[in-house]
Amino acid sequence: MSTLKLRVWRGGPQGGAFQSFEVPRQASQSVLDVVTYVQRSIDPTLAYRFACRVGMCGSCAMTVNGVARWTCRTHVDRVCADGRLELAPLANLPVIRDLVTDMREFFDKWARARGRFEGRRTRRDDFERVAPDSEPRRQVDAAIECIGCGVCYSSCDVVAWNPDYLGPAALNRAWTLLRDVRDGARLERLRAVAGDAGCHSCHTHLSCSERCPKHISPTAGIAGLKRAAAAAALKGEL
Amino acid sequence: MSTRREALLWAAQRASAALLALCVVVHLATMIYAAHSGLGAAQILERTRGNVAWLGFYCVFLLAVVVHVPIGLRAVLSEWLGWRGAARDWLLAAFAAGLAWLGARAILGVFL
Repeated sequence: MSTLKLRVWRGGPQGGAFQSFEVPRQASQSVLDVVTYVQRSIDPTLAYRFACRVGMCGSCAMTVNGVARWTCRTHVDRVCADGRLELAPLANLPVIRDLVTDMREFFDKWARARGRFEGRRTRRDDFERVAPDSEPRRQVDAAIECIGCGVCYSSCDVVAWNPDYLGPAALNRAWTLLRDVRDGARLERLRAVAGDAGCHSCHTHLSCSERCPKHISPTAGIAGLKRAAAAAALKGEL
Repeated sequence: MSTRREALLWAAQRASAALLALCVVVHLATMIYAAHSGLGAAQILERTRGNVAWLGFYCVFLLAVVVHVPIGLRAVLSEWLGWRGAARDWLLAAFAAGLAWLGARAILGVFL
């Protein structure tokens, strides 16, 4: 049986270093399988995070050979041509220990971008009817499947330059709400996402769109937010 | 910095970029034509002096530059040097005024 030469980042908030392991290769082996093997068979002190193992929960993202990925749905064959694999915690987030990052700032930014649905109707009103083929609904469909894994946030250069930048996931969330015809906080949300820490800082590098495991394009949503904010500013609404 | 001003600056930069795309193509095509036609300085000045169409074109070009460049530099100063605030914006306003003065001098130089 062939083996995989693995380097795993070990450490905490003060720093750390890569530690080498050898892991047996198996057919259809995911990167998460590799990490789990290390923790269960070699070193039980290795810290990492996972839950569903089927690409739904968004908790197992790590930096795999320099690129942020969801590890449960990433096959070793796809990312490792020479039998070497390097695993590190997600970039742009504080490390708690080993491969586990502190996601608080990431999710706090969703709140700062007013990522909460604010309906206009009460329980006494009838359901709002949204045509499935209407343009706003199709734009929401294209962006709604985010699982909050942090891959886009970790891949974003603007987050690295400007720690206040809300990031692709929070802005994508704001975009889905802006295009939700049932939502009643359009201007408040635009005010929250426009400006130096918001959509106008995006440089359209497209790293988030390229690496999103759910094939969402936050860049497209951010461009939509820029257009909406500019239109609101020209009308004097912002 | 208000979100309204940020959004308007973004719109101004995109609009000026669209103008620049057109102006740069026209400018380069004119330069290439002039060079390949063997026109000398005197013959070029003969065509530009008193020509209101060229004056208008280069005024639009200059306006697009004066709007576009300082807004772009503003982002560079923020992201690379972490410099934000009123002092940065005043410096960029002075830079824009300098660009406008130099550009206007060049335009009038070939018009008058």
